[in-house]
Amino acid sequence: MQDFISGPLVWIAFFVMIAGSVYKITAMIKAAKQEKVIMPYMRLSFSLRSLKHWLLPYGTRGMRINPVMTAYAFLFHICLIATPLLLAAHWKIWGIQFPTLPGRLADLMTVIVIVGGVYFLQRRILVPYVKNVTSAADYALLLFVTLPYITGFLAYHQWFDYGTVITIHMLSGCLMLMMIPFTRIAHMLYFVFTRAYMACEFGFVRNARDW
Amino acid sequence: MKYEPRPEVKDDGLDESIKKLTPEKIKETIRFALDKECGARLKVYMDTCVHCGLCATACHQCISHDMDPKYAPVAKVKDTLVEIFKKDCKVSPEFMKLAARIAYIECGGCRRCSMYCPFGIDIAYLLMVVRRICSMLGVVPMYLQDTTNSHSVTYNQMWVQQDEWIDTLQWQEEDAQKVVKTARIPLEKEGADIMYSVIAPEPKILAQLLANAAVIFAVAGLDWTMPATDGWDNSNMAMYSGDFESSGRLERLHHETAMRLKVKKIVMGECGHAFRGAVYDGPRHIGQAYPAVPVIHAIEFYHDLITSGKIKIVKKFKKPVTVQDPCNTVRGRGLGGKLRDLMNWLCEDFRDMNPRFEHNYCCGAGGGVINCGPPWTRNRVVANRTKGDQINATGAEVVVTPCHNCHSGIEDIIKEYAPGTHVKFISELLVDEGCMEIPEHLRPGGD
Repeated sequence: MQDFISGPLVWIAFFVMIAGSVYKITAMIKAAKQEKVIMPYMRLSFSLRSLKHWLLPYGTRGMRINPVMTAYAFLFHICLIATPLLLAAHWKIWGIQFPTLPGRLADLMTVIVIVGGVYFLQRRILVPYVKNVTSAADYALLLFVTLPYITGFLAYHQWFDYGTVITIHMLSGCLMLMMIPFTRIAHMLYFVFTRAYMACEFGFVRNARDW
Repeated sequence: MKYEPRPEVKDDGLDESIKKLTPEKIKETIRFALDKECGARLKVYMDTCVHCGLCATACHQCISHDMDPKYAPVAKVKDTLVEIFKKDCKVSPEFMKLAARIAYIECGGCRRCSMYCPFGIDIAYLLMVVRRICSMLGVVPMYLQDTTNSHSVTYNQMWVQQDEWIDTLQWQEEDAQKVVKTARIPLEKEGADIMYSVIAPEPKILAQLLANAAVIFAVAGLDWTMPATDGWDNSNMAMYSGDFESSGRLERLHHETAMRLKVKKIVMGECGHAFRGAVYDGPRHIGQAYPAVPVIHAIEFYHDLITSGKIKIVKKFKKPVTVQDPCNTVRGRGLGGKLRDLMNWLCEDFRDMNPRFEHNYCCGAGGGVINCGPPWTRNRVVANRTKGDQINATGAEVVVTPCHNCHSGIEDIIKEYAPGTHVKFISELLVDEGCMEIPEHLRPGGD
């Protein structure tokens, strides 16, 4: 069981994530071509001009008027993506040498993901206009996304039964990877395209700024 | 905080029209709209939104209602489209009434929220899809539907007949000649450089603006014309009611009229949504990526006239002035900089709004909201307290705005929140307030 989870399941998870993402993006581009009012207006220069603002912390007015949310959102997403990619223990499984993060830094980044998750959770519960549009699926998504980090933290510190914790960690990690193209985590895939389309509608077509 | 339910408002366009609907007819219509007319945008937007609620902080309606969750843009989508998807289009006539209220009254399609959504989701487009469905079902606020009917019959939004149109232009030509003796409103002049376009409220209720235009054209010495036929009004309320067939018809006629007159460009008077119709939505409805004849807005037009020296500014308006950025020419055309140049050239004490440019709040009247008529006026004023606060913070006595919707919308708002303030068009500063030089030899009685 342990061998399957740390071996084939990881490969399956990556395959599902990559194949699913390619499928979703291809389907989106095909549909975009059929809609006629999208592709004629897409321009790389205007997309990049806008994305520069949306990828930098406090690069847009919206980010500046919601400073706490912006801080959490950036730290959460950076740590969420960087920590598993740059963690020594992950690369060791396959015996690959790769420039990785010092253990203590990776631990801190994991904590940031968990704290970020808690921040988003309290926002969903306490801010009326967020609560109003939050459904059970949104809570579940938050749980599925943070679970690999919570269990990773527990495993690193060897709290509770290590064998059980690491199994849940690997299972939840694989599950999250597979969920990327098929749930709202797909915003990770679509972000560049939806933002770029709006950048062109504002910048190229309407000569205005969208940040 | 306890939030009030939506106030009851009687509107036969919604209350009576839903009585003719059945769940089957609703389902069939929605299916058609979603399957045949929507595609990538709808699907990707619905799949991408993570319900973060950041759009709420962008919406003047939500802010004016003390962040009442039901006015957050994301909630407007949740209470309409998401519900439709969840119920597989099996929704009740009562549901359609609420959906229409949300899409027509509680969103003016100003697109400010798209600038605050991390994913750039075009929420205004999503609510326009709801309007399209409502329009196909005939559930449209009565006054708005009336303007659309007028467009269908007369090609203008206020039932102006051709003889009334020509008569008004001739009458305004005479008025203009009291200011500039050479002023003309040339009709049907083939091969003129410019076709000047206005919207129906000008001949109907604000005719003096036509005379102002004639004065400006005469002083600048330009070769211009207006059509004597239909095709002069592209205010296009059908674009906002969701009647895209009528919308396409009248945009086609507008551009065909310009082509028939063989003009080099169309100058759009001080109106935002007509500009949007002529430049963006209109051409797309008739299968063109861009307008067949270039269209420029009055802001650009006046700016060009001043920078090229065709008209000269000899006097500055004295009272403190602020400016409302019309969504469709600032967020929709990036003309905020030129608008401010004009304000600084024309006004001694110009005080900008905060936030401004693309981030300025909508007047709350655009996108067809004001055209929903008297039943909804109170609702509209309450939903834009934010604009009242913004105006008051400037301490200005006059709000200038080059847009008919903004003009009327702000007039309602200042009555409630900033009494004593007035609204003006730019042409009123140029002509009525005497900021523009009228050379001696052009004055009546001069040589």
